[in-house]
Amino acid sequence: MTSKQKIFYFIYLHRTGLTVTGLSLALLLYPVFENNPYTLGLTNLIAINAIVVLGLNLFIGYAGQISLGHAAFFGLGAYGSAIATVTFNIPAWPAMFLVAGMVALVALIVGIPILRLSGHYLAMATLGMNFVFHSILLQWDEMTGGPSGFAGIPYLSFGSFAFDDEIRLHYLIWGFALLALLLCLNLVRSSVGRGLAALAGDEVAAAALGVDTRKTKVKIFVLSAILASVAGSLFAHTYSFISPDSFDIFVATDFVIMVVIGGMGSIWGSLFGAGLITMLPEWMDIFETYKDFVHGGLLVLVLLFLPQGLVSGIIDNIKIKVTLRRRKNAET
Amino acid sequence: MLRLEQVSKNFGGLPALSNVTFPVAQGQLTALIGPNGAGKSTLINCITGVLDPSQGSITFQNREIAGQPTHIISRLGIARTFQNLKIFPRLTVLDNVLTGLTSEGGDSMLMAMLRLPALRHRERRLRLRAMEALDRFQLADKATWPAGILAYGDKKRVELARATVGNPQLLLLDEPVAGLNAEETAAVGEQLRRLRSSGHTMLLVEHDMDLVMELADRVVVLDSGKCIALGSPDEIRRNPLVLEAYLGRTEAIA
Repeated sequence: MTSKQKIFYFIYLHRTGLTVTGLSLALLLYPVFENNPYTLGLTNLIAINAIVVLGLNLFIGYAGQISLGHAAFFGLGAYGSAIATVTFNIPAWPAMFLVAGMVALVALIVGIPILRLSGHYLAMATLGMNFVFHSILLQWDEMTGGPSGFAGIPYLSFGSFAFDDEIRLHYLIWGFALLALLLCLNLVRSSVGRGLAALAGDEVAAAALGVDTRKTKVKIFVLSAILASVAGSLFAHTYSFISPDSFDIFVATDFVIMVVIGGMGSIWGSLFGAGLITMLPEWMDIFETYKDFVHGGLLVLVLLFLPQGLVSGIIDNIKIKVTLRRRKNAET
Repeated sequence: MLRLEQVSKNFGGLPALSNVTFPVAQGQLTALIGPNGAGKSTLINCITGVLDPSQGSITFQNREIAGQPTHIISRLGIARTFQNLKIFPRLTVLDNVLTGLTSEGGDSMLMAMLRLPALRHRERRLRLRAMEALDRFQLADKATWPAGILAYGDKKRVELARATVGNPQLLLLDEPVAGLNAEETAAVGEQLRRLRSSGHTMLLVEHDMDLVMELADRVVVLDSGKCIALGSPDEIRRNPLVLEAYLGRTEAIA
């Protein structure tokens, strides 16, 4: 190999690590160049959504299932942290992990029966779950504050260092998002991840390769619920006010749209999907006013033309083109 | 090694298999033949736990496996290929073969997420073995290709590589040369010969009689869900019942 080839090979071999390092550096320096609190607030929101979408993409894109109910886990995390810290005076950090543990348990109890379903039935069941959760938030007002929401949630802090401005929150939230990204990237590059990919491809084939399909689906469901719960806790501590509207079925479908836009089965795509859908209403007013139309329209277009999702669909196509060209060159 | 005793399978009262009994001996290639609709694929699906037999017992290394879930049976060391290819088109060829080593890769999600050095070592070993398997099937130069764009014959070989990479105790092959041209058929035949001489135990479902008669140690003939003959290729070739099942009544051709 020439030294140029060696460099390329090194980059190819360590592409995941290098990209993560690059992204981390960019995020580390980002607040130096961007100090508009509004913009930072938006990118923070992207990170919170990305954490949910990463988990959901494992469930939808890798395990091949569908959930229209992840806003419920997101909301459980948010309300869990709010109630634990304000009502029960539990310190915020332990509360966050405690809540994540409880959400995991809820996901396990819900997941074991409903993951026997698949396709449309699973979509309806998870949608129903989100409805139930949303109704509880609205009705149980002595605990949740009802439709008027829950205010006065404290910021996360280390001693007297509170994550109370956008720049501090940027490091906190993106720290969590990068950690989630890294864990998910590691997961999909292992034999567990390949088992998941097999499961998304063909359930019978996956089982014949030794994948315990039922258990794997439940495990991934629980994992994605934990990620959503952590994102919810961060959401609550960031805005210090939460209301049921942030966790209704439209939010749940938005999470699914983020997965689809980014690309099913693409971890990096999850970041892109979360970013694009979070930013769209900011870029153009028309997207804000007709948000549901735009989101629905995007979903239909992507599913019609790139059923694997926008980013991974494009990447797949490029890969195929490159491979075919190489084969052609090799033949001539 | 594998024994089927009185295995029956009904689909809503319709018998697809009735009282099928035969053994698959260690280190041999047993061929399962029969006209279309004879129940060959149903039988493979019963052995692998995709379907539960209505009656009868299937023992593998003296262990009852009838009615066990598919992944348990797979982890006992029974690998299979599918009549209608089931490769994963979006994964690379290498990753497709690596899925054949899923049960050896460990299934701890936490371990996988932390990617500790022990796991990296294991991954590297699995990758090496998968590359060796690709080498055996002359697919090494296509390792990084998305499997979906391969030619049909190559896809079949990917499936064979995936099924054999884990060194299974028993290999179930559901029509490995169906849809292949003469050249590709010869290549797969060569592979099967090599697998047999390296001591693999195989159950081969196949319509290509030349291949079956050449490779098989034992032949089992199914017709309308019943086992009508069992013997060496020569015995089967001369068996009037088999001729009848394949060609209609013997008087007609006599």
